[in-house]
Amino acid sequence: MMSISEPANLPDAPGTTATVLRTILWQPAGLIAVSVVVLFVLIAILAPWLAPHDPLSQSFLSINAQPTADHLLGTDQFGRDVLSRLIYGSRNSLIIGFLSPTLAALIGGTLGVIAGYFGGITDRLVTRVIDMLMAFPELLLAILIAAALGGGFWNVVAVLTVAFTPGFARVARASTMSVKEEPYVEAAIAAGLRTPIIIVRHVVPNIAAPIVVLLTLWTASAIRLEATLSFLGIGTQPPAASWGNIIREGLSNIFATSWPILAAGLAITVVVMAISILGDIMRDILDPEIN
Amino acid sequence: MTAPVVRAEDLGKLFPDRGGLFSKAETGVQAVDGVSFEIDRGEVLAVVGESGCGKSTLGRLLLRLIEPSSGRVFLDGEEITGLSAARMRRYRQHAQMVFQDPYGSLSPRRTVAQIIAEPLEVFGLVKGQRETREKVAELLTQVGLPTGVMDRKPRQFSGGQRQRICIARAISVDPSFIVADEPVSALDVSIQAQVINLMHDLQRKKRFSFLFIAHDLAVVRHMADRVAVMYLGRIVEIGDKDRIYSAPHHPYTQALLSAAPEAKLKRTNKRIVLQGDVPSPRKIPSGCSFHSRCPIAQDICRVERPPLASVGPGQAAACHFAEAFPIPRTDDPDPVEDAPHRRAVSS
Repeated sequence: MMSISEPANLPDAPGTTATVLRTILWQPAGLIAVSVVVLFVLIAILAPWLAPHDPLSQSFLSINAQPTADHLLGTDQFGRDVLSRLIYGSRNSLIIGFLSPTLAALIGGTLGVIAGYFGGITDRLVTRVIDMLMAFPELLLAILIAAALGGGFWNVVAVLTVAFTPGFARVARASTMSVKEEPYVEAAIAAGLRTPIIIVRHVVPNIAAPIVVLLTLWTASAIRLEATLSFLGIGTQPPAASWGNIIREGLSNIFATSWPILAAGLAITVVVMAISILGDIMRDILDPEIN
Repeated sequence: MTAPVVRAEDLGKLFPDRGGLFSKAETGVQAVDGVSFEIDRGEVLAVVGESGCGKSTLGRLLLRLIEPSSGRVFLDGEEITGLSAARMRRYRQHAQMVFQDPYGSLSPRRTVAQIIAEPLEVFGLVKGQRETREKVAELLTQVGLPTGVMDRKPRQFSGGQRQRICIARAISVDPSFIVADEPVSALDVSIQAQVINLMHDLQRKKRFSFLFIAHDLAVVRHMADRVAVMYLGRIVEIGDKDRIYSAPHHPYTQALLSAAPEAKLKRTNKRIVLQGDVPSPRKIPSGCSFHSRCPIAQDICRVERPPLASVGPGQAAACHFAEAFPIPRTDDPDPVEDAPHRRAVSS
């Protein structure tokens, strides 16, 4: 019955996604930010072809080497190529950076929309759990869970997802509660739509803007937090590389060579800034008053 | 005579106050109280009254957009109060609504075609892309919009055009009953007449029963077959349009009519200016709820609530003195008593 819900052959203007992209790319800051993000994603994907060396292979003949033609960023205290580790490290950092906020947005968003739309006992339950989780700062919560679960890639993803979920749930709940009172939701009820369809078609698209903005902001936070957790030794576990543990290992070795810390720190700064700028632009674009 | 399409029986809605931690609230706002009426097939019943008198709530109760706290509603002979959510949804094919706010009642992120086709798809009345778009085009034509606009978003339309889209959505499933909740009060005066005429024409063509909620008495006179006057959640007078306008029996109806601006140069009716404000629906006066503002209130009005009783063919009023009270007329209208003059003098 619902198969005909979306007219496929709209001869009209491009869809929202295309419009948003075009608006972002039209401004210099947006163009630069998108280019940076795309560049880093490409680096992460093409890591095996881009990295000049195996990021794990040690060489005790060249420890803490300064940059040379063979090792563009030098080597670390095990003689591993810093550039290769940086390139492979971008995989862990970026995947965690994108994956955990996205998971958190899905889980938290769903919980928030359900709580906000149905209210009552559901709302109270969800809200209490959110309040409890929000009582802890994200980093403290992440450290607590990581300490209990131990490190490792999937644990870091889980930790950050749990840490971010309450924020998404709260924003989704608040937005849903206001959208629910809009006349078009009542009109949808009067038209005879089922509740799940009303939520998917009329509520979710209209609360998407704040969620997307939050998503970009927390992608930056996730990359930063992964670095922090790795730096503290409960994130990505050596010998696997991430930007965070490159800095951690580089710190104990900073007087021998400072290249690992500088390079990884710069990579984090650039990516986080680019994503933050994107978030800022998204907020302006998705504001229904403007667009 | 055929059965009425819509029948309300002793319909009431109490919006309860939030209870305390351990107790349910005993008090609340009685928005609608003991309202009964019928609407025949193809008949237009207009509901008029001041803001807050419960007319919008009444419209929503009939469609069960708000659950009534008492009374019953029948649609096409079947009681819809008490139907399960799933069965009620099926009944919505026969009862649609046009909302007051054409800016809020269209989902901002959906196209006109998606909005209009939504009820059609819900009830499986169209199959496939092509048929849907043809039907949408046909509906757009019926409400006087070009078919080329179907892929635009609501924000590209003016208020009047948006209300036409809302009307197209409401008539798309060919309902037997439509509620219009002040459909033109949010529009520019210059646009109101067009939208009113459109609804009037569609109603006569499609013969749906129509509950038209309004506070503009000129509009009501144009559209309605019958008129119900509400005050504080109750119908104080109901009857055929001509009877209500020519021989109003309830003092509140008379006051409403006398306050309506008219284009005629010679006013025959004296303006009746009601004293005070509408009492709070939280504390509805005892007896006749209008007694606190009624120019002819007697002791009995403070104690005993008058029933809605017949005062003539096809007309009923809820007033102890409905029969006795003459319609106020003066042969020599006093200009000082006329509303615009009064206002000019006093301000």
